[in-house]
Amino acid sequence: MNRFAALLDALLFTPSRNGKLRLMQEYFATAADPERGWALAALTGELAFDTAKPSQVRALAAARVDPELLEWSYDFVGDLAETVSLIWPETVGAAVPVPSLAEIVEQLKRASRTEVGQLLEPWLDALDATGRWALLKLVTGSLRIGVSARLAKTALAEWGGVEVDRIEEIWHGLAPPYRPLFDWLEGRHPAPDTGDLPTFCPLMLAQPIEDSELEGLDAADYLAEWKWDGIRVQLVARGSERRLYSRSGDDIGAAFPEVLAAMPAAVMLDGELLVLRDGEVASFNDLQQRLNRKTPTPKLLHDYSAAVRLYDILREGTEDLRGLSFAERRRRLESWYAREPQPGFDLSPLVPFANWDELRALRDGARERGIEGLMLKRADSTYVSGRPKGPWFKWKRGALTLDTVLMYAQRGHGKRSSFYSDYTFGAWRGDELVPVGKAYSGFTDEELRRLDRWVRNNTVQRWGPVREVSPEVVLEIAFDSVHRSTRHKSGVAMRFPRIHRIRWDKPVREADTLEELEKLLS
Amino acid sequence: MSAALRPETWIKTTPAGLYCLPGDFYIDPLRPVARAVITHGHGDHARPGNDRVLATPGTIAIMQERYGEAAGGSLQPLRYGEAVTAGGVTVRLVPAGHVLGSAQIVLEHRGTRVVVSGDYKRRADPTCDPFEPRNCDAFITEATFGLPVFRHPPDSQEIDKLLHSLALFPERCHLVGVYALGKCQRVLALLRRGGYEEPVYLHGALIKLTELYESLGVRLGPVLPLIGITRDTLKGRIVLAPPGATADLWSRRLPDPVVAMASGWMRVRQRAKARGVELPLVISDHADWDELTATIDEVAAEEIWVDPWPRRGARPPRDQKGPPSPRAGARRLRGGRVNRFGPSPSSPDWIRGSAGPSLSPLTRGEGLLPCSPSPRLRGEDRGEG
Repeated sequence: MNRFAALLDALLFTPSRNGKLRLMQEYFATAADPERGWALAALTGELAFDTAKPSQVRALAAARVDPELLEWSYDFVGDLAETVSLIWPETVGAAVPVPSLAEIVEQLKRASRTEVGQLLEPWLDALDATGRWALLKLVTGSLRIGVSARLAKTALAEWGGVEVDRIEEIWHGLAPPYRPLFDWLEGRHPAPDTGDLPTFCPLMLAQPIEDSELEGLDAADYLAEWKWDGIRVQLVARGSERRLYSRSGDDIGAAFPEVLAAMPAAVMLDGELLVLRDGEVASFNDLQQRLNRKTPTPKLLHDYSAAVRLYDILREGTEDLRGLSFAERRRRLESWYAREPQPGFDLSPLVPFANWDELRALRDGARERGIEGLMLKRADSTYVSGRPKGPWFKWKRGALTLDTVLMYAQRGHGKRSSFYSDYTFGAWRGDELVPVGKAYSGFTDEELRRLDRWVRNNTVQRWGPVREVSPEVVLEIAFDSVHRSTRHKSGVAMRFPRIHRIRWDKPVREADTLEELEKLLS
Repeated sequence: MSAALRPETWIKTTPAGLYCLPGDFYIDPLRPVARAVITHGHGDHARPGNDRVLATPGTIAIMQERYGEAAGGSLQPLRYGEAVTAGGVTVRLVPAGHVLGSAQIVLEHRGTRVVVSGDYKRRADPTCDPFEPRNCDAFITEATFGLPVFRHPPDSQEIDKLLHSLALFPERCHLVGVYALGKCQRVLALLRRGGYEEPVYLHGALIKLTELYESLGVRLGPVLPLIGITRDTLKGRIVLAPPGATADLWSRRLPDPVVAMASGWMRVRQRAKARGVELPLVISDHADWDELTATIDEVAAEEIWVDPWPRRGARPPRDQKGPPSPRAGARRLRGGRVNRFGPSPSSPDWIRGSAGPSLSPLTRGEGLLPCSPSPRLRGEDRGEG
């Protein structure tokens, strides 16, 4: 357990993706089975046991240390798991053997929630401070170390010398501690056979394309669909099993029970998850109410009912359709849907067009909510996982822009930690500037150096790591859309704001007003 | 201890700092005074501009290095264990184990003994003499890490962490934030002890004091200035710099540095994260909770005074409702002395100064104001952690 705890600790502090990958790879290479398998399960969020309540953890500590000192320490540290791990009195010369992660997980799986507390005490005595911290994070149900399941699988794939998609394909047919997976990656056995399980098939993704690049392509080779502003999902039904996967292969079925319930049998489909009201796509904000919630309340289910707009079929019955052309798969999708129409599912229509100009006009004229632009798919394209160059493109509608004023700057992280690279910008409300958003991308390295220098020379006040600058620079911000928000002082929030241009030339009084931004509300 | 000679009758807290009335001198004064006794060379204890200064030879050398002519009108070195007398008060300097030259001030006056600890630690440090506990009637202790969450792990474990990271990221440089006096030299010594023989690169602000340590006989191995060094040379190397330089313009010259920081504050993860530290090293020159409580037991003093948190004195009193500082925990020490982790023997009232007769003026005075660090890292801003 102490090894695994040290890994979590190092991951928490390492900001760079490559650094995290290297730490995990070193761990997989040097830790033993089944310890590393349980570690992988913890990193990918696949551990399931009754979590301990913070109050149980607090009670354990309060029985060991002066309660007042515990309170003050908690106030100072600000995190209960960390406070308890640090304050827990070390048992000098303890004869208690350090538990392995495998042991801990096995026992937790068998324990009910009320028993978790008793289990913890001897473990806390046996572990070091980092071990205690990791244990408490584990049993209270949130690691928060900045590692996604995908990143952990990527580390594993790079270490084992396979494509990460190969792991994604079989992932949902495996269970911790993943011995067959490690056997395969270390070359002792062939890849695990997941047979008839409803596993995930890594998605085919599209490349972005600009207007200018279209001229090199023959419009006759492509079919077009609307690009919906929802989240991409894959629906898999095999035997009696049904699964709803997110784009990254996470099983999100529990969060969308109505979709799971309506799912037809024996099919694998690709589509967009949306909140629909009377056939109209609701805003992405509405969908957001449903995302990141493990189980929805009845009220949420009623007010934000989810549906799937289908655009591809990958398997029908036992037949794998991925080798067919997109045009052929589309015919199969339509005829399948005609036979098995389902409430909660509809087809994303094809958008007919004769040439790019006509299509561009259609795209720019589409004012319906939920449309971000167009998808262009080669009629002859087979379904290939990943982001192959050429067969599929996403052609987004031009971004919205707004001239704003730079108000605050903050230093970035990792390689940018010596640069003021995170910018808060504002719009005018009368004579006052109101912050309307924050951006940290869209500029070149040269522009970043110049902005950084400017920020340092024009700071009027410091608030900890934040510098308030004199309002003198206009930033032209590009963003996809703007929504009402109760979280922001300005009452609005932009989606994907980025710095489009730095208008060193423009007087700040000519920057835009909040009113103008509100006119763009969708 | 006779009633007439209670320590608060001859040791006073004043706006200029701790004052010894019969001896007519201040200890680590906050503003220039006629006579000062200095515990050690850190800037929040040793200030320039005093007329007469008494300190260990090491501390005087450090003050001269830092302040030159301004170190004091006359500088009187006093070796560990030797005594001088002023106005009926005998003054001795005893090793505090904090940094080179650091001392506790042992004051004796008409049969009572008061020890002012200055900053101290109890674990071995190859760069300075170890702390010597002295029995006393009143112990005026520092309490930078006066909460039980602060337990510094063994130094060797932290150095191993650094060396392991160095092996894992050989194409990056490791930039370790260290205070110029004490921590820098201690980290160097610990690295050597851990078997690291390569040259260590030093930020310009660290060089003079490191040379001073060497001249006083502390061996620190090969060190190099960064002048004229190319980025590529620094790959896989260790660079030491003051904490403030680790995330600023200066660090851009380094190849993709892993930012480490050697400080007792690194024990608290979110604090380390907030500073952008990638490799926190819990290496401190202050006593941790266990060392504080053990020391308090060991000196067997009837009174424990806790050094007030705002060392720089110039700040206005803080909001009473702020979060408690680690020093608040040290005040609590007194209440919990008998059975440290058991139920508290006294009501929290004593914190507000209404409890037993042994409360010192100092505790009473500041107990009304739970002096707190702001949510930002006040610790580093103030004392050297």
